[in-house]
Amino acid sequence: MADLAPLVQAFHEIGEDPAQILGPGTAHVVAFGHTLLSQQSVPGLALRADADADGIHARVTVEEGRHIVQPVHLCFGLFERFGVQNVDLEVLLEVNAQATFWSHCLFTVPERARHAMTARVTLRPGARLTYNEVHYHGMYGGIEVVPRATVTVGDRATYRADFSLVQGRVGRLDIDYEVAVGQDATAELTSKVYGRVTDDIRIVERVRLDGENARGLVKSRVAVADEAKAHIVGATFGNAAGARGHVDCLEIVRDQAVASAVPEVRVSHPQARVTHEAAIGTVDHQQLETLMARGLDPQEAVDRIILGMLGGPA
Amino acid sequence: MSALLDIRGLTLNRGGRAILSDVRLRVDAGQSHVLLGANGAGKSTLAYAVMGCAAYEPSAGRVYFDGTDVTDLPIHERARRGLALAWQEPARFEGLTVADYLGIGGRLDPAACLAQVGLAPSDYLHRGLDRTLSGGERKRIELAGVLALQPRLAILDEPSAGIDFLSEREIQRVIEALRQGGAVLLITHQEALAAGADRASQLCGGRIVCVGDPADVIAAYRSRRCRRCDGEVCHDG
Repeated sequence: MADLAPLVQAFHEIGEDPAQILGPGTAHVVAFGHTLLSQQSVPGLALRADADADGIHARVTVEEGRHIVQPVHLCFGLFERFGVQNVDLEVLLEVNAQATFWSHCLFTVPERARHAMTARVTLRPGARLTYNEVHYHGMYGGIEVVPRATVTVGDRATYRADFSLVQGRVGRLDIDYEVAVGQDATAELTSKVYGRVTDDIRIVERVRLDGENARGLVKSRVAVADEAKAHIVGATFGNAAGARGHVDCLEIVRDQAVASAVPEVRVSHPQARVTHEAAIGTVDHQQLETLMARGLDPQEAVDRIILGMLGGPA
Repeated sequence: MSALLDIRGLTLNRGGRAILSDVRLRVDAGQSHVLLGANGAGKSTLAYAVMGCAAYEPSAGRVYFDGTDVTDLPIHERARRGLALAWQEPARFEGLTVADYLGIGGRLDPAACLAQVGLAPSDYLHRGLDRTLSGGERKRIELAGVLALQPRLAILDEPSAGIDFLSEREIQRVIEALRQGGAVLLITHQEALAAGADRASQLCGGRIVCVGDPADVIAAYRSRRCRRCDGEVCHDG
C-alpha cells in the first residue's frame, strides 16, 4: 500500500478535503510520478488507469446520458526533489453525458522535474464537459510543464477548460491545445498564468469552428514579473456558416519581463465571424489609482489587480 | 470654523497650457461645497490634483488637509488620512467582487452602504466589478465605496451623471451622510444637487471666478456671466 500521507498533506495545503476526493463516491485517479496510488470509478463513469515505465495511462468514459454530479478528480504530482511524470489521458463523454473534472497538479516539492500530459478528449453530441486544471508549484522554478491536448467537441456539445498556474513558479510552461468544434457546439478555453523570475511561458490554443453556428472563446490572462517571458498564441478559425469566435488576451508586464501575443483569426466561410482583442502592458493606471485611493500602497494595489485577473486569492 | 481642505494657489500646466491657475478654495469641516463649471473648466483636474493622482502634480501651490501640507503625498497616503474620491468614470476590475471592492479600506458594512445607494445587497455583493455592470450601477457602487470608507473629505465627481433621475434623492442622502461624517467637495451639473450645498465656487478656464452662496453662484453660472471673462464662459486661461 502506497504512502498517501504526502498527498493528504498536500490536499490540506491547497484547501481540498482528501476524504472527499478519495472517498468511494468520487471518481478519481491519483498518481505520484509513475506510481499509481488510487483509482475509482462510479456508476455511469468508468475510469481505468495503469502505470508503466513510460508513465501513467488513464482512460475515462462517461456513459450516454449520464450526469456525473460529483466532480471527477485527477491528481498528479511529484513528491521528490527530482523526477519525471508522463501522463497519457483519454476522456470520452458519450452522447448527452455531463461531467466536471478537476485536475490537481501538485509540484510544490520538486526542484527539478518534468510533467508532460498528452490528452485526447472527445465529446459526443450533446455532451458537456468542464475541465479545470490547477497547478500548485514551489518557488524552485525548475519544473517543465508540457501539456498537449486534442479535443473534439461534437454537435451541440459544450467544452469549457480552465488552466491555472498562479501559485509558485513553473520554470518552463509549454501548452499546446487544439480544439475542433462541431455544429451548434461551444468551446471556451481560459488560461491564467503568473510567471516569475526567469519563467518561460508559451501558450498555444487553437480553436477550429468547423460546424455551423459553432461558438469559440480563447481567453488568456497572463502576468509576468522579474525577468519572466510569455508568448501567447490564441487562434480561432471560422470555417462554417454562423460560426462565431473570439480571442481575448490580456497580459500584464512588470519589471524586466517580456510578453508577446499573437491573436490569430482566420475565416474561411463568408457567414462566419471571428474577433480578437489583445492588451499587453503595465497595470492599468486607472485601476491602480482607484485602489490606491482606497488606501492600498502601489505594491498592494498591483498585487490585487493581478491576482484578481488571475483568479487567485484576493 | 477650521478649514479641512485648503487649496492655496494651485497651478497645473500641461503641454504648455495652464489647466488650473492659482486656484484657491477652502472646504470647512461639516460643509458641502459644490464646484460648478462648464465642460473643460478644470473641475475633474482639480479633483484629481487634490487626490494626488500621478499625472496631476501641480506646478505651483499647495494643498492642505486638516492643517497638514499633503501636496507631496501619494494617493494612498492621502486616502489613509481621510481623503476619498468617487471617480466620474469608475474603473472596472476582473476578478474583484463588489464586496471585495467595498471592503478595501472600508470601515462600514458593505451591505448597508449598497442599500444606501439603492442597490439590493443580495443582488450585488457577489457580482464582479466588471463590464457586466451598467454605467449607472457602477456609479452607484462607487458612491457606496466612498460611503464605506467613511472619509473625512469626500470628493464626488459628477456623482449623478449616468444615474436615473429618480435616484437623485438617494444621491442627496449620500451627500448628506458624507457631510455629517466630515465634508464634501461636490462636482456636478445638476442644479438641484448644487442648490443643496452649503457653499459654491465656479471654476472657469482653470480659475475660481466666483465663490459664495450656492444660489448666487448658480445664478451667475446660469446667466453665463463669468466675472473674469466678462460675459462669456471661457475655456482657456
